[in-house]
Amino acid sequence: MPEEHPLIEMEREIAGGDFQRAGDVSSELKNILQRAGFPPAFNRRVVIASYEAEMNVVIHAYRGVFRARVYSDRVHVEIDDQGPGIPDLELAFQEGYSTAPPHIREMGFGAGYGLSNMKKCSDVLVIDTRVQEGTKVVMDFFLSPSNS
Amino acid sequence: MTLREIKEILEAEVLVGEEFLDREIWYACGSDLLSDVLAFAKEHALLLTGLTNSQVIRTAEMIDLLGIVFVRGKRPEHSTIELAALKGIPLLTTRLPMYESCGRLYLKGLKGCSEFGSNA
Ligand SMILES: Nc1ncnc2c1ncn2[C@@H]1O[C@H](COP(=O)(O)OP(=O)(O)OP(=O)(O)O)[C@@H](O)[C@H]1O
Ligand SMILES: [Mg+2]
Repeated sequence: MPEEHPLIEMEREIAGGDFQRAGDVSSELKNILQRAGFPPAFNRRVVIASYEAEMNVVIHAYRGVFRARVYSDRVHVEIDDQGPGIPDLELAFQEGYSTAPPHIREMGFGAGYGLSNMKKCSDVLVIDTRVQEGTKVVMDFFLSPSNS
Repeated sequence: MTLREIKEILEAEVLVGEEFLDREIWYACGSDLLSDVLAFAKEHALLLTGLTNSQVIRTAEMIDLLGIVFVRGKRPEHSTIELAALKGIPLLTTRLPMYESCGRLYLKGLKGCSEFGSNA
């Protein structure tokens, strides 16, 4: 089967530590999905998972690239960062596990729910991480007949 | 219940978004943990929080929150209020602390966002 062309492609940089602009990328994706006319419940899961991943780059990494490809019946999202990587992925997925420093917790983040929430919201989640190099998060979201 | 009713119950002041006071709110959650809000909030929900940074507005945008109430008289910076105006998210502030704010709304029948129990 030939690879289907995406309807919309998006590529944006994410700057680590930039809390002023944190969320801009997921917000832009939200607008794109809304304009494309996907059901709100579907958009919600794509946007929540993207925002969690975007915030992880802002909070834990140095810089990253966010790519989204929107097809008629699915959305593919990749977030590729340069950063410390995740030494123990299984541990990182545990709810409540977080290495976020106090100033991040004061903002309301760092409860250690992000990765499990990304898993919950996406249909496929693959993480490739290398310590002291970076982390790549790939997520796929399929529009199901039940409209979410 | 509408945001307007919530404003009265909490004796709250509207910081921005007067035009949205007729929005119908189905659920509320009271939290200072945005991670929790992102993981558990439902649709048609209101957030009560003591946090006033701009990520509260961002989080609200991502999960389509219908409004935010800052408790204990907290007020965000002007730039945060502007961001909420841009995103169409009404902001209210009440002098009541978190527990009392949630308690008053709950007594009036506004359900929680929790996935557990009878309102699941
Ligand atoms: N992109 C990343 N680069 C480096 N480490 C990461 C990255 N994403 C996650 N981690 C590590 O995995 C841990 C768990 O991530 P998760 O998103 O579940 O929680 P959190 O970001 O700490 O808190 P929350 O997402 O609830 O605000 C983080 O504390 C961090 O140690
Ligand atoms: Mg996180």
